[in-house]
Amino acid sequence: MKKTNQMKKIIYAFAAIAFLSFAQSCKKDSAFLDKQPTSTLPIDAVWKDPNLVLTVVGDLYDRYPDYQTIEAWYTFTDFDEGFASASGDYFRHQNLEYGYDAWRYWDMGAYGYIRDLNMFIKRGQESTALKAEDRDRFLAEARFIRAGVYFEMVKRMGGVPLITTVLDYDYSGDPSYLQFPRAKETEIYDFVIAELEAVKNILPDNPTVQSRATKAAALAMESRAALYAGSIAKYSNSQLTLPGGEVGISSSLANAYFTKSLAAAKEIIDGGKYSLYKKNPNLSENFAALFTDKGSNPEVIFAKDFKLKTNKAHGFTIDNQPRSSAEEAQGGRLNPSLNLVQSFEKLDNTYASMASVDGSGNPVYYTNITDIFAGRDARLAGTVILPGTQFKGKTVDIWAGYQLANGTIITGDNFGQSKSEVLPDNPASVQVVGRDGPVDGLEFSAQSGFYVRKYLDPATGSGQIGTRSDVWWIRYRYAEVLLNAAEAAFELGDAATAANYIKQVRDRAGLTVALTPAQITFDRIVHERKVEFAFEGHELWDMKRWRLADKVWNGSNMSAADFINANNIGSATRTSTQVFGLWPYKYYNPGNANHLKYIFKVIKPSRVTAAHRFRIGNYYSSIGQDVLNGNPKIVRNPNQ
Amino acid sequence: MKIRFYFMIGALIAVLFASCKKDNYDAPEADFSGRIVYKGEPISVQYGQVNFELWQSGFGNYSALNVNVSQDGTYSAKLFNGDYKLVFSPNQGPFLWKKNAAGKQDTIAVNINGSKTMDIEVMPYYMIRGATIAAAAGKVNAFCKLEKIITNADGKDVENVSLYINKTQFVDGSNNVATQQINGAAIADLNNLNMSVTIPSITPTQNYVFARIGVKIAGVDDLIFTPVTKIVF
Repeated sequence: MKKTNQMKKIIYAFAAIAFLSFAQSCKKDSAFLDKQPTSTLPIDAVWKDPNLVLTVVGDLYDRYPDYQTIEAWYTFTDFDEGFASASGDYFRHQNLEYGYDAWRYWDMGAYGYIRDLNMFIKRGQESTALKAEDRDRFLAEARFIRAGVYFEMVKRMGGVPLITTVLDYDYSGDPSYLQFPRAKETEIYDFVIAELEAVKNILPDNPTVQSRATKAAALAMESRAALYAGSIAKYSNSQLTLPGGEVGISSSLANAYFTKSLAAAKEIIDGGKYSLYKKNPNLSENFAALFTDKGSNPEVIFAKDFKLKTNKAHGFTIDNQPRSSAEEAQGGRLNPSLNLVQSFEKLDNTYASMASVDGSGNPVYYTNITDIFAGRDARLAGTVILPGTQFKGKTVDIWAGYQLANGTIITGDNFGQSKSEVLPDNPASVQVVGRDGPVDGLEFSAQSGFYVRKYLDPATGSGQIGTRSDVWWIRYRYAEVLLNAAEAAFELGDAATAANYIKQVRDRAGLTVALTPAQITFDRIVHERKVEFAFEGHELWDMKRWRLADKVWNGSNMSAADFINANNIGSATRTSTQVFGLWPYKYYNPGNANHLKYIFKVIKPSRVTAAHRFRIGNYYSSIGQDVLNGNPKIVRNPNQ
Repeated sequence: MKIRFYFMIGALIAVLFASCKKDNYDAPEADFSGRIVYKGEPISVQYGQVNFELWQSGFGNYSALNVNVSQDGTYSAKLFNGDYKLVFSPNQGPFLWKKNAAGKQDTIAVNINGSKTMDIEVMPYYMIRGATIAAAAGKVNAFCKLEKIITNADGKDVENVSLYINKTQFVDGSNNVATQQINGAAIADLNNLNMSVTIPSITPTQNYVFARIGVKIAGVDDLIFTPVTKIVF
């Protein structure tokens, strides 16, 4: 009997368990299988909250393309604006020609980005949960970014397929409906200009918004794009055209583009919300601070911002700080070239080589090391750390050695090396080379005799790997708007207006003798952009659109004679194929009046072995063979 | 345990020997060589700057083989046997290439079956005629004439004519120790071009230089040269 009871209990227990488990599986499958992922947000959930949309927009901004930028210092050395004083980058001065695929921007990354932008725009238009004003701003921002991406593509590649909708493959085995031909070069420029015109009044007109799109950012991009298109039209040549117009713009369109460029620039100027940065009465310090001052900077229109203590900080200052006062055992990589340094004109608006020797070839002796640079455009010392000037309150120590009376050079092969019994009648140990070099072939030393200053962060810790720098990368600033306006006005034959705009930029540089309208020439405009925008990523695109690149980088060797009493410094077509430097030496001749004065020598760093050559086929980067194979409608760029 | 160890060594040896097997393909063996010529005369160009493309269809990854033309206008390539199409891309070299009816660069069919020598006929913009280069009194003096070959609408002007000298046999705009240039605008007579350049001091001392004349044609990347001449002084 007892046994039966136990049995019963067990049976009941089994029945209860079975009942419970069956009841469990009676729930619907979908309740168990369809779970919301916890690591990603569904699309319709994102489009309910402006803060969530902002994170998506943040990613789109983050992928905005730049070629030369402070996040890649070495790109500034590719065009003889600077020397790469780092052993892994000497090859930049040892390659004769630029590859046809250089600067290519037409790959999965670029069109994947455009697809994401198109998808963002489509979803934004379909969404209903956001406030209209929030939604319109986000959509305008995406269209602004998309215009920027197409502008980047057209300036590198010429006309590209213009895709403004989301394309999807239907897995039918026939992809031909996804194969689009290249648009004309003009069509892309017109698209960029039209899009920016369309969004400019939706975007906020607020000069304190500098890392997101604003009305002024749209206008500044429009002004630049129209100027590029105008100069491509004006300086077009028959070799740089394709029969279908994918490359090349008819010269009859030049004036229309220049007019648009001028109008867009004027809209910013007449708006009066931006001005040139003039906080510091010391003009060179002021020019340097323009790039690093992030507090109410009235000149910056659109920038890529960085933030300390996040992963959005960069190492430009670590890479390029003067070696002697560096916060890490490195720095000094980007050395501005003498080619650039001598381009800064004298205060009387004339051009001159650095006076290392006089007219008859005898060395000139300078009491102070900085004297040779005196009386120049204030932007020189704002862009370049010259020997004997300061960064972060510490004077750089750039001098290459002693020269004795008989011409013998006494120098060392390491930073600030000391040697004894090398100077006549002086057995003591003396320092024979600066603590920043220059020592030929020693990386991080100032191998051209100069260090870069533009974008170097003056904040303490900016040169430490553990801290890094949050100086922003300025993509559009007010000075460019002024120079765009000046160039467009000049090309339209209005030299007086051009002189007026160019004057504002030159006044800030201390060049107070205004250029008269008759003195405004094409060469002047080329020169002004070269010195104002050194290390700002304009050089390559400017030289391309003016069709000067194959003349400036023509593959011919240069010699020191090109830098001594040169008379063509202001010429737009002056060759610049190799980096040269200017090294200070101390003259050692006790008893002589010039004892311990400084002399300067023009040198070519020995790592510079080839002359840069820009071929006609480099004006438009080649299109990858994978793209050509995948889409038979794509035509190749000319001359490759 | 010991048996297992030997087994592992045996397996290892087997694996290593397996990779000693022959590759799937033999290396290319056919020599394809020749010269770039105009009416039988080779055209000298800058080293490493002029190349033509060989295309072979029928394989997965469709892309060009680039064949470089050397200083004296010769070329050579190692190829597999097969059918190729040969073409100069536009603006390669100081010459024009035949166009097909559609205005595109025309191709030449090349069948490789064993080694083959072929001269490729092109149409240069100019030819340098009667060039003489000689040393005298510390200088290199050169004389040449230019014959304009393409005289129709495709013809182009001379941008400049240069005499280059170098201490090695590679002589061109980026490899030289001294150069003398006449601008196209300053040329009065294409049949009487004279240039002269002072020989700079060369370390280590050598009693010879290599010299040649190059002609830059407006709007064309590549120069046409005379053959390299070794000059003892």
